[in-house]
Amino acid sequence: MAYSDQVIDHYENPRNVGKMDDKDENVGTGMVGAPACGDVMRLQIKVSDEGVIEDAKFKTYGCGSAIASSSLVTEWVKGMTLDEAAELKNTSIAEELALPPVKIHCSVLAEDAIKAAVADYKEKQDKK
Amino acid sequence: MDISKNYFELFALPVSFHIDLNLLSAHYLELQKTLHPDRHAHLSDRERRLSEQYTAFLNEALTTLKSPLRRAQYLLGLVGLDVTGESSVAIEPMFLMQQMELRERLEEIPQQADPFEELDELSDEVDAMLKQLREAFAGLYAEQKFEDAAANVRKMQFLEKLAIEIENLEDRLDD
Repeated sequence: MAYSDQVIDHYENPRNVGKMDDKDENVGTGMVGAPACGDVMRLQIKVSDEGVIEDAKFKTYGCGSAIASSSLVTEWVKGMTLDEAAELKNTSIAEELALPPVKIHCSVLAEDAIKAAVADYKEKQDKK
Repeated sequence: MDISKNYFELFALPVSFHIDLNLLSAHYLELQKTLHPDRHAHLSDRERRLSEQYTAFLNEALTTLKSPLRRAQYLLGLVGLDVTGESSVAIEPMFLMQQMELRERLEEIPQQADPFEELDELSDEVDAMLKQLREAFAGLYAEQKFEDAAANVRKMQFLEKLAIEIENLEDRLDD
């Protein structure tokens, strides 16, 4: 299957690959998986005291579209507030990357990952 | 041959995860003998096409029941649960964490001093986990706890994928 140029770009030069300390109270971690294809994705955000996402990292084991979707999300969410990030839609990801219909679920996975990261961060703050 | 039967009925096997693979092969061969296209050279085009369709059905049935993962997925399909096309379902975070770690380990293996030994070790661990999941699935399915059984199959899907990647790396290291 042919990948779009945008997917290939993110696949060959993934942005923000890495890991943050998930015990850090300013870090939110989203861990999601797609059982149908066995893909696993970890997306982390570092949030300022003002509730703005300062940094984001990801690690994805999966196909090119899953890697590109998570890479793109880490680029997009930097500078966003938590609420803005939580409202990110998979359709915008799929559109930006020109994903074919059979790969839409990869963008859903990335949306789920950022939502999970925001939820994890909020849960940590509530426990403080 | 009755293609309205489910694959277990087709091979005269009980609808269960644990099946007798020797019996499966034996019954497959019996059915195949009745169908082999070469035996039907005298048939009309229509009859031959039909025979080819039956052969395809029979082969699909065999492949499905032979593979533990596909057998489990098929068993769930019989009770109306499709776990093969799901895009987003909640998976236990601890399990995902473990999957992430296993994949990170796999990724680092080529840089290890003895990659083959590390790979063998990882492969054994994954096999053991799969075996455990299969056993658990068999029990849950027999008890008709289908949702729990489905959760097990989802986990199997992650591990089977990992097992394929372990094999791929083994091939690459061999080259």
